[in-house]
Amino acid sequence: MSLETVLGQPLRVINLGLEIFATELQAEGATVVHVDWRPPAGDAAIAALLARLDDE
Amino acid sequence: MALRGVVWRSTYHDSMVLMRIAEGLRARPGVREAAVLMGTAANHALLAAAGLATPDVADATPGDLIIAVDAGDALQAQAALDAAKGLFDERRQAREATGQALPRTLDSALRQLPDANLAAISIPGAHAAVEARRALKQGLHVFLFSDNVPLETEVELKRLAVEKRLLCMGPDCGTAYLNGVGLGFANVVPRGRIGCVAASGTGLQAVASHLAALGEGISHGIGVGGRDLSAEVGGLMTFLALDALRADAATEVVVLISKPVAPSVMPRLDAALRALGKPVVVCCLGASPEPGSAGTWVSTLEDAAHAAAALASGRVWAARAFSDTEAVRVLLARLAAEAGRGARRGEGILGLYTGGTLAHETTLILEPLLGTIAANFGGRGPGGPHKVLDLGADEFTAGRPHPMIDPSGRAARVSEAGRSAKVSVLLLDLVLGRAAHDDPAASLAAAIRDARDVAARDGRTLTVIASIVGTERDPQGLRAQTDALESAGAIVLPSNAQAARFAALVAKPELAPAMLGQR
Repeated sequence: MSLETVLGQPLRVINLGLEIFATELQAEGATVVHVDWRPPAGDAAIAALLARLDDE
Repeated sequence: MALRGVVWRSTYHDSMVLMRIAEGLRARPGVREAAVLMGTAANHALLAAAGLATPDVADATPGDLIIAVDAGDALQAQAALDAAKGLFDERRQAREATGQALPRTLDSALRQLPDANLAAISIPGAHAAVEARRALKQGLHVFLFSDNVPLETEVELKRLAVEKRLLCMGPDCGTAYLNGVGLGFANVVPRGRIGCVAASGTGLQAVASHLAALGEGISHGIGVGGRDLSAEVGGLMTFLALDALRADAATEVVVLISKPVAPSVMPRLDAALRALGKPVVVCCLGASPEPGSAGTWVSTLEDAAHAAAALASGRVWAARAFSDTEAVRVLLARLAAEAGRGARRGEGILGLYTGGTLAHETTLILEPLLGTIAANFGGRGPGGPHKVLDLGADEFTAGRPHPMIDPSGRAARVSEAGRSAKVSVLLLDLVLGRAAHDDPAASLAAAIRDARDVAARDGRTLTVIASIVGTERDPQGLRAQTDALESAGAIVLPSNAQAARFAALVAKPELAPAMLGQR
């Protein structure tokens, strides 16, 4: 998915965070999957480091 | 009085959901105050400050939900806690009724929607970068609403995005429009031929709404976050966005909305604007163009929309202080007649803003007319007869929703201003659109009425001047919200710039000949 292709294509959105944004995007006709996101247990900085290792 | 608190372990809901539940609890019989929030350190401090901290909730962790209620008696407090459970159960049942289980992670969401093209991220800032990086690596464009993302992380995310030719809109990106769809706080505006690149969400909302009033629409409005044109970020996303609009056939005119650009970035920006091959309007609030700079430079958000609309249709346009000078004369004459009836007047303007960019624009308009303006931003001091407050700033929003979502904090300040003998003019904004409060004018109008009544009983005149960022198609309706403020005694001008100029005229009537011209 490059820049040139997103401008001009219907939005297909994954929403993490405020649920109202998912609701509003759906009302505008976008396809949306809302993630039931929860903060990882423990310290945010350590969680970020672990996530980084996961992603490598 | 009875104070009761309960902790739900390992329970997470977003801040807007929690605010709505808290509103529901405050409306219950006997409830004086209620808080529904996650057990972060900042929220524990807030609870203590509000007198809602109890031993029952002291050990709540950031992953736990706290519900605290202060009510007239123990029965009422317990009934409110039970009601909270009922409100959350209703939400859960509504979701279960859709029959679809929500994914818990970005990866599992991608399995449900394998051809997703964008991730909208509004989780707390401490966790936002992890998800944004993950989304970019999966090839998704990112709308990053979250703030409190460190500058060096922003640079890293945007470098990754540029490498993959993906948009990383934000952090701290309040608004965007892609393909006619609004993201974040967005006014309902038509699609059209004007493309925007905006370092300010409210700035983009204001320009898009003014364009709609002029019969023009937005092709795309690409948010970049407030720090993009700083020396550190170097305009990484602005340049990518300008390149996208250059190639976009639907975009005929481009508007760039920004704070002043870092000197080290300006030469590259100038080159990028020239390379567009399309007319471009530059609205860098607080900056003036160097001689020979590319683009049509304007100094207000309203002028940005007017200049873009004129360029798109080949019309000639010139900036004006007021769109209807005669109406302004009539209003001033009416206020002068009221003053002639002997009421006392304070000396100062107090601007109470929910939109940071609008507050900034106001100080830039007022300073040349009235001298130094006190403010809680831009390195300005706290003292002086005239003051402008951005109530969306961190010191007012720690642990609370933004005032565009929760108007109660500002309404209280408006009421308080009515009791101050120093305040002569109250200057207000009101921002409508998707995801904003569903009737922000209601509580504001009640507070305006209250403030003006209190001032009148004390023999003082309080002039309330407002402007509204919005369109008729917004869920709240521009006309209905305007009517609500006007019926409370506010004077509603067509733009923030005009409202600020009118406030200056009321505070200093001798400016009238210079600003309105001689008849």
